Amino acid sequence: MSEQTMQQPVAPTDGMPIATPAADEHTHGGVHDPNLHHSPEEIKREVRIYLLVFGSLAVLTGATVAARYLFDLPMGYAITVALIIAAIKASLVACFFMHLLSEKKLIYAVLALTAVFFAFLIWLPVHDMIDKMGK
Amino acid sequence: MDAHAIDAVADHGHHEIAIPFNVTPRPDTGVYNAKLGIWLFLASEVMLFGALFSSLILLRTGAPSWPVGKDTLHVLPATINTFVLILSSVTVVLAWANLRLGDLRKGRIFIGITLLCGLLFMLIKAYEYSLSFEHHHFPSTNNFFGIYFTMTGLHGLHVLGGMIVFAYFLTFGSKMWKTEPARFTNRIEVVGLYWHFVDLVWIFLFPTLYLL
Repeated sequence: MSEQTMQQPVAPTDGMPIATPAADEHTHGGVHDPNLHHSPEEIKREVRIYLLVFGSLAVLTGATVAARYLFDLPMGYAITVALIIAAIKASLVACFFMHLLSEKKLIYAVLALTAVFFAFLIWLPVHDMIDKMGK
Repeated sequence: MDAHAIDAVADHGHHEIAIPFNVTPRPDTGVYNAKLGIWLFLASEVMLFGALFSSLILLRTGAPSWPVGKDTLHVLPATINTFVLILSSVTVVLAWANLRLGDLRKGRIFIGITLLCGLLFMLIKAYEYSLSFEHHHFPSTNNFFGIYFTMTGLHGLHVLGGMIVFAYFLTFGSKMWKTEPARFTNRIEVVGLYWHFVDLVWIFLFPTLYLL
C-alpha cells in the first residue's frame, strides 16, 4: 500500500492543526487510530478472536432456542433468559465486530446519547404496563 | 472550492474535488469522516427500530391475549437465518482483515460470501413468509402479525440495502483498490458496521418475535 494513497489533504483551516506528511504517517495528524497500521501478526490475532466470537454467537443462539424448548419456563422467566442471552450476543458483536472496545470518545458520546433516547422509548410502554398493573 | 479541495488539486495535480479525511482520522473527531457518518446514521437507526420495539411492548402488554411466537411462527427457518446472519457478520470482518493485509482476492471472496449469506437470508425469509401466507396470516390478520411483518419486513429491507452495497463493492466499487486501497478498506469497514447493526437488530428480533 503506497504512502501516497494513505495521505490526506490537510490544511490549517477552521482551527485544525497542521499535519505534515511525515507526522501523518505515524500519528494521523496527531491522532492515533488503533485500526490502522497494525502488523500482519496483530491482524491475524484479531482474525482468531473474530472466529472465537463467531463460535460463541453460534453456541448462544443454540442456547436461546434450547432454553425455550427444553425448559418450560413461565413467560416472565423465559423473556428474562432470552433477553439476557440476546444482550450477551449483542455485546459480543458490538465489542469485537464493531470494535467498540477501542473506539474514540466521540463515538462513545454519540452512542451514550442514543442509549438515553432509546431507554426513554422503552420506558414509555413499560411505565404504561406498570401503571395498568397498579390499577 | 475550499482550502482542502485546493490542497487536493495541488497534491494530485489534477482538478478533482477530494473529500478530506476519508482515510486518516480528522484531528478534532479522532475518526475518518465516513466512520463518524455511519455511526450517526446507526444512531438514527437505533431510534427507528427502538420505536418499533417500543410499539411491540405496548401492543403486547395492552392486548388481552397475545400469540406465543414459537407456536405461531416458523422457528426453524428463523433459527437458520440467525446462523446465516452471524456467519455473514464474521465474513465481513474477515474481508476487512484481508484487505488490511493487502489481499484483495481474499477480501473479495469474503465480500462475496457475505453477499451470498444476505441472499440466502432473503430466500429463507421469503419461504417463511410464504408459509405464513399459506396459513392465511397477513399483516392485517391481527396486531401480532401486523408488528411481525412490519419489523421483519423493515429488517429485510435493510438486508437488501446492505446486499446492494456489497454487490457494488464486489464489482464496480472495487476499482478504487487500484488507486486508493486504504480508502476502499475503510469503505468495507463502514459497510461492515452497518451490516453488524443489521445483525444486532435480528439478535433481538429473533427471540422477541419467534420464541416468546
